[in-house]
This record gives sequence, C-alpha cells and structure tokens, in this order.
Amino acid sequence: MGARVTVATRAGRAAGIAALALLALGLALPAFAGRAMIQDLFFILTMLTLAQFWNLLAGYGGLVSVGQQAFVGIGAYAMFAGVILAGWDPVPAILLGGLAGLALAVPAAWFAFRLQGAYFAIATWVLAEVTRLSVAQWKALGGGTGTSLPREATSDMAFVAAIGRLFSVREAAARDILAYWLALALAAATVGGIYALLRTRHGLALAAVRDNTEAAKAVGVDAVRLKWLVYLIAAFGTGLAGALVYVQKARISPDAAFSVTDWTAYVIFIVVIGGIGTIEGPILGVLVFFALQSAFADYGSWYLMALGLIGIAIMLFAPRGLWGLIADRTGLHLFPVRRRLETGHATTRGD
Amino acid sequence: MTDVLALSGVSKSFGALRVTDDVSFSVPRGQALGIIGPNGAGKSTLFNLITGNLLPDAGRIELLGRDVTRVPAMERVRMGIGRSFQIPQPFEGLTVFENLLTAAAFGRGRREAEVEEACIAILRDTELLRKANQLAGGLTLLDRKRLELARAMATGPELLLLDEIAGGLTEAECRALVATIRALHAQGVTIIWIEHVLHALNSVVERLLVLDFGRVIGIGEPAEIMASREVREIYLGMEF
Repeated sequence: MGARVTVATRAGRAAGIAALALLALGLALPAFAGRAMIQDLFFILTMLTLAQFWNLLAGYGGLVSVGQQAFVGIGAYAMFAGVILAGWDPVPAILLGGLAGLALAVPAAWFAFRLQGAYFAIATWVLAEVTRLSVAQWKALGGGTGTSLPREATSDMAFVAAIGRLFSVREAAARDILAYWLALALAAATVGGIYALLRTRHGLALAAVRDNTEAAKAVGVDAVRLKWLVYLIAAFGTGLAGALVYVQKARISPDAAFSVTDWTAYVIFIVVIGGIGTIEGPILGVLVFFALQSAFADYGSWYLMALGLIGIAIMLFAPRGLWGLIADRTGLHLFPVRRRLETGHATTRGD
Repeated sequence: MTDVLALSGVSKSFGALRVTDDVSFSVPRGQALGIIGPNGAGKSTLFNLITGNLLPDAGRIELLGRDVTRVPAMERVRMGIGRSFQIPQPFEGLTVFENLLTAAAFGRGRREAEVEEACIAILRDTELLRKANQLAGGLTLLDRKRLELARAMATGPELLLLDEIAGGLTEAECRALVATIRALHAQGVTIIWIEHVLHALNSVVERLLVLDFGRVIGIGEPAEIMASREVREIYLGMEF
C-alpha cells in the first residue's frame, strides 16, 4: 500500500497558471492601458498588499492590530529621509521603508505582546499615534505640515526616462508606470510569499495555535516565536508598501501617512468582507472595495457609513466573508494548503 | 541511568495548601506506571510538574538522567515528553493527519517530509488511518481520544503521559482504546497514566502509585496495591 502526501489540487494548479498569466498581462498592460487605469491598479495592488499582511497578522496569527498605519507611515518617512537627507534615488529608498518597519516592529512587539486581544489592539493604535506625533516633530522632513519629494529626485528617478521612451509617455505618466510595476511585483511577492509560508510547517503551526494554543505548546510549537515571525514579516511588508505608495504620491504629511482610516480601517474592511484567514479573501475584498469606492466615494461621510454597515452585515451574516460563501458552495480553494494523505484506505470527507 | 523519569523530594504549594508533598519515584525505561488517588489528591498537579507547566517549590525532576526541574514545558516536549489532555484538545480546523504532522514536525524539530512516514505508522497503530483526511473537529469522542494518543506519540516521546484518557467512554470503546495503548506500550514506550477507570488502567500498567493529599502512600505491583488497606479505605465504596 503506497502512501503519498500531496497538497496540489486541480483547482490549485489552474489558479497557479491563471496567476502567472495575469502577472504577464499585468506587466504588459502599460502598453495598452491609459494613465487613469494604471493609477487605479496601483491603488488596488498596494491595498491588496496591505490587506494580505493584515490578514497574515489577524487571520493567521490571531494578532488583531489596528495600528498598521504606523508601519505605512514610518516606511514612507524612511523613504523620504533616504531621498531628502541622504540623496538616495526613491526606488532603492523603498527598501529603507521595509527596514524602518522592522526597526519599529521590534520595540512595538516587545511592548504590545504583553497584552492580549482587545488590549493588544489598543496598544498597537497607541503606538501608531505615538509614532505619528514623533515623526511630526521631524523638522527636516516638514514637521506637522509635511513635505514633497524634491523635483530633481522625481525627474531623475531610475528607469523613468527609459519607460518614457519605451511607451512614448511623459515623465509623470512614466513614473506612474514604474510605481505600478513595483506594486505588481510587491503584491505578487506578497501573495506568493505568504502562500509559501503556509505551505511550510509554520503554516500548520499557525493553524494549530489559532485552534488551540495550549495544545500547540504541548506538541512543541513555540507560539510566541510564531507571533514574532508574523509580526515582523507584516511590519517589513507594510513598510515597503507604505514607502511605495508615497513614491507615487511624492508628497507626504504625518496625518496622511499615519491615517488610521486609509491604512487600517479600509484594509480591515477589505479583509473582513473578502474573508479573513484565507489568501483568496483579501483578493476578492479589494476588488469589492474598489468597486464601492469608484461608485460611491463622492457621497463623503455617507459612503463611510455605508462601508461600516456593509462590514457589520458581513460579520453578522457571513463571518467568513464573501470568499467563505463561495468556498462553502463550491469547495473551491485557489491556494490549497491542506496536506492530503493518499492511501488505499484514507477517505477525504470533511474537507 | 535506565530511568526515563526520576522525581526526588518534589513539593508544590498553592498558598497554604500543599498539593504535592515530598514526592519521590522513578520510572524505568519501558515501564507503564499508573497513578491513582481520590479527586483532589494532586494527580493533575503532579502531571503538570512533570510536563513543566508548573514549577516545583522544592525537589528535583530528571528526564533521561538530565535535570529538567527548571526546563520550560516546550523544551521538555522536544526532550521527549508527550502528553494527552483529559478533555481532548484537537486542532479542529486541521485534519487528523495534519494534527500529527504538526506534532511530529515541532515535537521532533524536523521538516514535514522527514516525519510523514512516522505519522502514517502512528495513524495505523491508533486505527485512525481511514480518518486521516477528516477534520479533527468532526471526530467522535473515541476518535478524539485516539487522536490525543496519536498526536502525543507523533512528538516522538520517550515518556508518554496519559491524563484520564479512558474517561467518558462506553465499555466497548474503553476496551478498544486499551488495546491500542497496550499495543503502543508493547513497542517499548514508557507510560505514566492517571486514571479513574481502574480496570482499564490495571490491564496495562506494571506498577501503581497511589497519591493522597499530595503524598505517595503506596507504590508497587497493581495487585498488591489494590489489596492494601490504605487503598481500600480511600476507594471504599468504589467498584474495581
């Protein structure tokens, strides 16, 4: 009797091929698409990245943070510091954003991990506020009113001239294309990286800790180390995304870069409506969010109230989100993680 | 040196209450030791001292000749202590097989691919192979108990701690579980088993330890212990 362990499914393989095709299409898109569409896709891709990292934290790690704007903001400001104070090109300076996120995450985790549940959430928010207030004191980067990337930094940005020639577009449009490509690469690396993490034994450990922390510890899973792992990964990725967003915006202020609405509330909305604890959820969620925003953002605060109501309705009636509804109906998993034992005897019920 | 576990003078108090009082005993490799005693005798506390979930106020605990008195619980799992919970605590969102993979990968500090074979063997030994791909949350009580046993075995233990694993089962289920435990024991794993279901316990263990008010009041062959006056007094009115 030969036993075999597999994770691959037909749907998973099809999804993998579709993802590669989408990636190729996405790379080629600037040749056909207009500037408005490129900007929209940039927004979707960066929000998707932020949502995937928040989902990693809350959905897989059980760490419900409402302070991820701290990492967006510190990442963005680190990039600005690299450009304005050290004279770096904005593109490599994005890496400084990730490193700054990591550097902030170490003391933040040391502090916040002493608290559980709602207290942890409040601590992350307080830390984000403290970081915002501290950065607002940074006079060299514009203090409370903020600043812009210097004209020469944006005009001489790496690859921009080449992209402008390639697609015969002006500098500003070429910059958007570059930012879009970087966002595409970051989103693809994020989704691929998180999926790869879930396929390692750490993916099992995350699920085990989520189900029963006591029992997980009793089989040798180091729950605290696992929390550190996801918190640091999320901080690095969120820092990178923050830096990238502000390379495209080219203008920063503490209130915008540390906005709890833009970088945490919207992100939580995306994850919750899409389906928390799945990779598919945030992908679906960001598309729904973008559609809602395009259609209703002009209604101002009515729009925000509607978002809130939709979020509450989903939490009450479909706590596993829209993807949860789809997965229940169809049994579909685009990113399969289930380790199936294939023997002559094992049945596959209850999957 | 052939002792898998040795306790000497271990004590633990909660406030003024001494729940473990100068406990000393050892378990040689390959032996199955049963622990009995009335409710509140300190059996669970003794278990938690062995697993490292509680630290003793005094005394010394050795695992395979190494002093582990101050070693944290997680480290002791990797050093060879596997435990089952009194109330089964499966990872409900994972399948039976994944429950074992997790325990084996982390309990042994290996990659998944290196422990798959061992997990399959344990599934077979514990009669869970047919249910390998079912979600653990949907198992019956007997299968949950089997999973507790299997998951503890997956960590690759030198010492298996069973906490009232036979409780709550029907007579037939209990017999089936006992047969599984006997089979595991026959493979050479050392066992310490707390149990109220005495006939189940006595059909497996070679030695019994009686605990009362935190003290060891008897240790020896099951027949001899069950015949002693102290045990009869404690269990007066209980059937066995």
